[in-house]
Amino acid sequence: MIGTGAARMADATQIAPVIQPLAEATGVFSYLWLLIALPLLGAAVLLLGGRRTNRWGPYFAVLMVAGAAVYAVVLLVGMLGLSADNRAIGQTLFEWVFVGGFTAPVALQLDQLSIVFVLLITIVGALIHIYSLGYMEHDPDRRKFFGFLNLFVAAMLLLVLADNYLLLYVGWEGVGLASYLLIGFWQYKPSAAAAAKKAFVMNRIGDVGLSLAIMLIFVTFGTVVFDEVFAMAGEASESTLTWIGLLLLLAAAGKSAQFPLQAWLLDAMEGPTPVSALIHAATMVTAGVYLIVRSGAIYDGTIFALTAVMVIGVITMFLGAFIGSAKDDIKKSLAGSTMSQIGYMVLAAGLGPVGYVFAIFHLLTHGVFKANLFLGAGSVIHGMHDEQDMRRFGALRKVMVVTWLTFMAAYLAIIGVPPFSGFWSKDDIIHAAFEVNVFVGVCAILAAGITGFYMTRMVIMTFFGKPRWPDDAHPHESKPVMTIPLIILALGSMFTGMALLFWGDIIDWLTPVTGLEQSPLPFPTVLLEIGTLVVVLIGVAIAIGMYRKEVPVEAPQDVNILTKAARNSMYDDAINDVLVVQPTYSVSRAFIGIDNRGIDGVVNGLAAFVGGSGERLRRWQTGFARSYALAMVGGAVLVVVVLAVVRLP
Amino acid sequence: MSPESYVILAAVLFTIGTVGVLVRRNAIVVFMSIELMLNAANLAFVAFARMQGNLEGQVIAFFVMVVAAAEVVVGLAIIVAIYRSRRSASIDEPNLLKY
Repeated sequence: MIGTGAARMADATQIAPVIQPLAEATGVFSYLWLLIALPLLGAAVLLLGGRRTNRWGPYFAVLMVAGAAVYAVVLLVGMLGLSADNRAIGQTLFEWVFVGGFTAPVALQLDQLSIVFVLLITIVGALIHIYSLGYMEHDPDRRKFFGFLNLFVAAMLLLVLADNYLLLYVGWEGVGLASYLLIGFWQYKPSAAAAAKKAFVMNRIGDVGLSLAIMLIFVTFGTVVFDEVFAMAGEASESTLTWIGLLLLLAAAGKSAQFPLQAWLLDAMEGPTPVSALIHAATMVTAGVYLIVRSGAIYDGTIFALTAVMVIGVITMFLGAFIGSAKDDIKKSLAGSTMSQIGYMVLAAGLGPVGYVFAIFHLLTHGVFKANLFLGAGSVIHGMHDEQDMRRFGALRKVMVVTWLTFMAAYLAIIGVPPFSGFWSKDDIIHAAFEVNVFVGVCAILAAGITGFYMTRMVIMTFFGKPRWPDDAHPHESKPVMTIPLIILALGSMFTGMALLFWGDIIDWLTPVTGLEQSPLPFPTVLLEIGTLVVVLIGVAIAIGMYRKEVPVEAPQDVNILTKAARNSMYDDAINDVLVVQPTYSVSRAFIGIDNRGIDGVVNGLAAFVGGSGERLRRWQTGFARSYALAMVGGAVLVVVVLAVVRLP
Repeated sequence: MSPESYVILAAVLFTIGTVGVLVRRNAIVVFMSIELMLNAANLAFVAFARMQGNLEGQVIAFFVMVVAAAEVVVGLAIIVAIYRSRRSASIDEPNLLKY
């Protein structure tokens, strides 16, 4: 059941990735740059055009992204017509950096890996843009919102379409910027402004990793272009590859909210819900996974870095699951879920060629059902007049039917119930985990159980039980402009897994880029799937048992220590404060002290010295002519004596 | 008489002139002492000219005399101007150019 296709027999398979020659972009591919240019144009028009564009701006933005989505589908059809090993298209736009031996062109590379990302970003992005037309309808700054959304889509597309690390870094920074602008969109709220700053600063720490990695790549390989680097990857020393891998992991951890740089993701929920859906569920946070999988050739040479990736994935998988289980804010709970699911993807990527493909597969299915969940949560929040605390929800399934049904579709997908999409991708990851290490496989299954728990908790608290909302709240279903994207995404949550696997053959599609290794397990795969399902159902049952009856409107205070910790996001803010913030303040104060007392002291001291000596020297100006005469005589005598001493011998 | 004695005489005169400049309070006497110093220098120049057997020292002595004359003119004019405004010829009195 782990996929179909010739690559997936029950026996061991090993397919090495192929460095596909970059075909020149002709015919239908010649407008490859349009993919980035369209949303960039939308952003430019909306942000630079100003208030004039207020009326039609949002629709223009939707059109730009929809246009990019349509073109992406056309590109996919074009690529399907090419042979399986030859699907990479390259388009050089211009030479950007040429300094001595270092060249970095602005060049785009479309291959099997990039196109799936492009499709995810543009299609889900277009749906979220349409949804935002309804969600942000009453916001006076909606034009700016759509401009920032378009900017984000453009930057993310640049990230996945770049053909060299430096251009990827440009897109990387661009999505970080767009994320900052969108999280802090309601900048008059101090919490939102602080959250935006926190996200940006923590992202920046990851960016240091990426820039150091790029420098190291250039020093080692002499180039930063992907294909050239990967062709030479086998020749570098293992320690160099390990350092590059660890630095890339740092970058991915920052962007994808993995341990130890995960604290910003929950605060990022301050942004409007479409932002959380697009950036912090479907796309930006997956950029780290893209980076790791794209750099597979580098990671293949270093077991240490791969293991580090895997460990970070496992830690974050559990961390996110625990946090999501205890948060009462629906968006924060979903954020914890995102953290956990990306932990799954990072875990799969850390398994090496065994897991690269499945990481991307899960990324795609997750993008669809997580966007569905977030947009559904947004619909609930919108209907409950911006209430986000799940303890004040309850029994909403009777009032918001479409939202409820679409949410349930995504819920079944995320916990991994067959035949919904999450089942296929998550079970592939669990299978791959068992191939590498039994302990990791058990961890993956346990996390799936916890996923079942917290998602069921969320569903019960929101949609079932008795209504706990105040009397003056009138929850209502959202408008079609919001529910239609929900329905489309729900269909995606149900069928994307099967569609990608059986009809689209996603594993075979991606294999030329990532490579694939598979070995059979000592027990039949069906047993694994049933076992996972059983663990998930146990999690579901526990949640039903705990939350079916009374859900207290105020969170109970006498809870065990794990719940307390999870409610405080595992004290990540406190830990960051002690480990990083306070030492930075101390160092900063020390430097300020050195600057004020030391450097200023030296300069001011010099000035004081000059002034003081001038003060003393001026007392020689006595106005007394005879003392001047004496000084002259004394000087003359001195000169004579010196001359005599010098000339005498 | 050896030319060396003239040089010694010049040195003695120079010293007397220097002491006069430093010690005396009347501006005219200070000027006289300065003249004495200049004349001592002249004597030394001429003595050295004789010792060296050429006339360069005597030529320089002429120059010195001209310069001395010009300097006396200017100096005495200043002293007369100061005396007219202050009714005193002491060089200790005008000490306004001080800190």
